Amino acid sequence: MYDFAYQKPASLADAVKALGAEDAKALAGGQTLIPVLKQRLNKPSVVVDLSRLGLSGISLTGETVTIGAMTTHATVANSADVKRAIPALAHLASLIGDEQVRHRGTIGGSLANNDPSADYPAAVLALGATIKTDRRTIAADDYFQGMFATALEPNEVITSVTFPIPAKAAYMKFNNPASRYAMVGVFVAKGPQGVRVAITGAGQGGVFRHAAYEAALAANWSADALNGITTPTDGLNSDIHASAEYRAHLIGVMAKRATAAAG
Amino acid sequence: MPQVTLTVNGKSASVEVEARTLLVELLREKLGLTGTHVGCDTSQCGACVVHVDGTSVKACTMLAVQADGASVTTIEGLAKADGTLHPMQEMFREHHALQCGFCTPGMVMSAIDLVQSHPEGLTEAQIRHGLEGNLCRCTGYHNIVKAIAAAWPIMHGKVPAAAE
Repeated sequence: MYDFAYQKPASLADAVKALGAEDAKALAGGQTLIPVLKQRLNKPSVVVDLSRLGLSGISLTGETVTIGAMTTHATVANSADVKRAIPALAHLASLIGDEQVRHRGTIGGSLANNDPSADYPAAVLALGATIKTDRRTIAADDYFQGMFATALEPNEVITSVTFPIPAKAAYMKFNNPASRYAMVGVFVAKGPQGVRVAITGAGQGGVFRHAAYEAALAANWSADALNGITTPTDGLNSDIHASAEYRAHLIGVMAKRATAAAG
Repeated sequence: MPQVTLTVNGKSASVEVEARTLLVELLREKLGLTGTHVGCDTSQCGACVVHVDGTSVKACTMLAVQADGASVTTIEGLAKADGTLHPMQEMFREHHALQCGFCTPGMVMSAIDLVQSHPEGLTEAQIRHGLEGNLCRCTGYHNIVKAIAAAWPIMHGKVPAAAE
């Protein structure tokens, strides 16, 4: 790892200012950033630790669940409030990485990184969540802009994510058994914004919505409604773990299982 | 260079580190606590698991500066001063849950957190899921799972510990 300067600001304004430095990098839980630094894939001038900004915690209204950006996956997975309001979201968090990774990794870090195989982007997109930052709110449909690309400005800090509570939702993931990242993950939701289906792990451009599935499930919410709808392989990942054709097949399998699980 | 002040196994330590120093490097190289192992150095194998403020984490995927002000427990901090093993260590011995022993410090630290965070009970499936972040290449895991299941009632005071 190359060395860097380290700052741990005590206010959001100071964090944004520190992140304005050239090649500054924000540190949330570090479960992606630290491995990336070890591989010398990134050489930040300064690492800005966001852990002193008071950005963790979960709050509920009748219609929404809001999760602070620095809330760990373990906290979301074990939260009685999240389990009651959006059990699919708690379930998704329980499948990320492993226990020790979930103790450090955060929702804000996952979304800022937007790994094409990460789990949270599927929930954020399918549930139509809004991402709050130090300066604005961003709708999920505008936020994800391709592999590792988001609508965030270089010095912009996610502060929280607000999820509308759906009537039905479920997440099913076919994971890579070594890394536990999603080879294919499908989040289905029927909520205030209608039926939305988001696919992670499969697309070259990161998470995406599946319009054909959404139309079919809006007409008839059942796994059988997805019979015969094939997913084009254009734009799907093909690698040593799975071909694009296999991923297209898995999308169908995971979507049906998720729909059945959502009830 | 940054100064990190933390409590390790109940003792306060103040150490000068580089910002890039990992917590596991601080423990092994600055404090000489080599019980915490580095296996893969890529967050996968779990040989480096320690407790930070009571929660199991991978010490190879945390900067030392992030542990400033924290209380860290390593495998060296488990046994009593007179050498009496922690119940989890004792059950690992009892159930032959180790062969080469390289993964054992991390396994034990993860297992203790797993048992402590499940006072309501632990199924075999929960134990196996809870060990996802710890790799063992010798045992096939079966005896590790048995040891953890056996440690649960002892750690939660459900059965008297073995007679002295």
